[in-house]
Amino acid sequence: MSASVKLSLQVVAILVACVAVAVMPVAVDLFQLMQFTLFASMAVLALSLGFIWGFGGILCFGQTAFFGLGAYAYAVAAINFGDSTPAILLAIIVPALFALALGYFVFYGRISDVYLGVITLTVTLILFNVFNSMAGDAYKIGTARLGGFNGMPAVPTFNMPFDPSSVLFPEQSWYVTGGALIAIYIGLRLILRSPFGRVAIAVRENETRASLLGYDPRAIKLGVFVLGGAIAGFGGALYVNWGAFVGPTIFSLSLSAEIIIWICIGGLGTLIGPIVGCFIIEYLISQIGSQQSFNSNLVLGAILIVFVLLLPKGLVPTIRLLLEGAGRLATKGRGQAPNAAPDLSAGQPVGAE
Amino acid sequence: MSTIPPLLETRGLTMRFGGVVANDDVNFALEEMELRCLIGPNGAGKSTFFKMLTGQLTPSEGRIRFRTYPIAGNLPHQIARLGIGIKTQIPNVFNGLSVRENIWLAAARAARRDASTIRAKAIVDDVLERIMLPHLAEAIVGQLSHGQRQWVEIGTVLAAEPELILLDEPAAGMTDEETVRTAEIIREINKNRALIVVEHDMEFIKMIAKKVTVFHQGRIMMEDSVDAVLADSRVRDVYLGKKVAA
Repeated sequence: MSASVKLSLQVVAILVACVAVAVMPVAVDLFQLMQFTLFASMAVLALSLGFIWGFGGILCFGQTAFFGLGAYAYAVAAINFGDSTPAILLAIIVPALFALALGYFVFYGRISDVYLGVITLTVTLILFNVFNSMAGDAYKIGTARLGGFNGMPAVPTFNMPFDPSSVLFPEQSWYVTGGALIAIYIGLRLILRSPFGRVAIAVRENETRASLLGYDPRAIKLGVFVLGGAIAGFGGALYVNWGAFVGPTIFSLSLSAEIIIWICIGGLGTLIGPIVGCFIIEYLISQIGSQQSFNSNLVLGAILIVFVLLLPKGLVPTIRLLLEGAGRLATKGRGQAPNAAPDLSAGQPVGAE
Repeated sequence: MSTIPPLLETRGLTMRFGGVVANDDVNFALEEMELRCLIGPNGAGKSTFFKMLTGQLTPSEGRIRFRTYPIAGNLPHQIARLGIGIKTQIPNVFNGLSVRENIWLAAARAARRDASTIRAKAIVDDVLERIMLPHLAEAIVGQLSHGQRQWVEIGTVLAAEPELILLDEPAAGMTDEETVRTAEIIREINKNRALIVVEHDMEFIKMIAKKVTVFHQGRIMMEDSVDAVLADSRVRDVYLGKKVAA
């Protein structure tokens, strides 16, 4: 696919997504709209890991650490300030700073990829245990009780910027969450086209070569990691806005694993794939949950095995390959002269979605 | 001449891996604009020497000076920013990216170093012409032949516009025509840049070399003009024997 075709497909996809966000409140009932709001907040989390793993080459097993920190930061700030505006900002800043500190030791300490996975996983478990045990009056920040294993109920949800009296309706929350998802997608697309994004992809491709050209891979990876942490934290705020609740299970291993499954199914190395994977899997789980005839984890495991064995690239890259194949067949069918030079550009540059 | 400090100088450079001494007390100097060839049998320590010069290895002992900067033990990206570029032995490129993107990544860094120069895109187009790959600019590097990937790597080194270029076996895996073209490019680069070239192909060395340094068992065995080196009996014994006799 030529670059211009790719770009126009992306623009079409964004337009379709915008229309979908706009008409959803009319098209589905309130319960389903709430479900989609939840999925969209999860998809922001998916996008954050899809970005740092697929484009930065950083497999973080504990992306929920930033999601959870964002959620708790939002909850604590919203209860204290009574206004969601600064709380949302804190939900981005706190996880970003945490990612900065953690990432500094990991990347500047030259810790290898495998240990990065172990460390991020462990940090998530530590956070789970810390927040799980902070029950009682002793553990509160300002007026916000952290609640330990009970979590923090009745967190104020989003209001109009700087106007705590006008709390958003569910429809408006949907617009905010769906709109934020699209905005983050576009933002990441732009970053990937910028010099920083191109260098980040280069570092993932070949760290040695990048450093021999004068790029500092540690700084680049740290930048990607912090960005991913900030986005995941924002996703946490959206999640709390959906449920008005946050508990320590937000740091659970099952959610961490689920993000990786979303990305494997949707397609690693794409931005749209993690979103698609997230919506499909979460929708399936919610359907199974309401039927109660299967164990949803069993189904999730079966789906993952099928994908790893049959569609290891994931949905989006597979569909793209099929489209390209069809396009080439169509071109040949019209009797156009085959290219004299072998069509070396047919292979996808990684990250050129 | 003696008043001008060398572009690159090593003093007592030593690299030990456990009990193995890969480089032992290497004293080496390269003048501005010089073209130097390094030869020596496998395991003589040439690649280790290059790795220390580019920061991929930290020397066990000794000093390296680039212009006036001591660079031994600096990180690869710091040394690269000072202006040393390397083409490694095995093609070390961004396999998943296009040829153009590979060159751009090098050019963008160079353009950032001295902001006054031409824009990165102009460098990219120029380098694509010089490595004769403009028709494959959008091709994915991983799908090219070994020789073409060598070119791409040479291209990235050129686009970074370093002061000193290190080439580790630039002609390996190339056809005869490509080898001749490589020699041309090296002579062209040498008009305004210094180079150190490691090569096994004696014909290729004869095409480009002025002064040759012979490595043997981690040390510098001799350093002289290409003819004198080829005529030396010790060099023949350790390394050249069969090939020159043939």
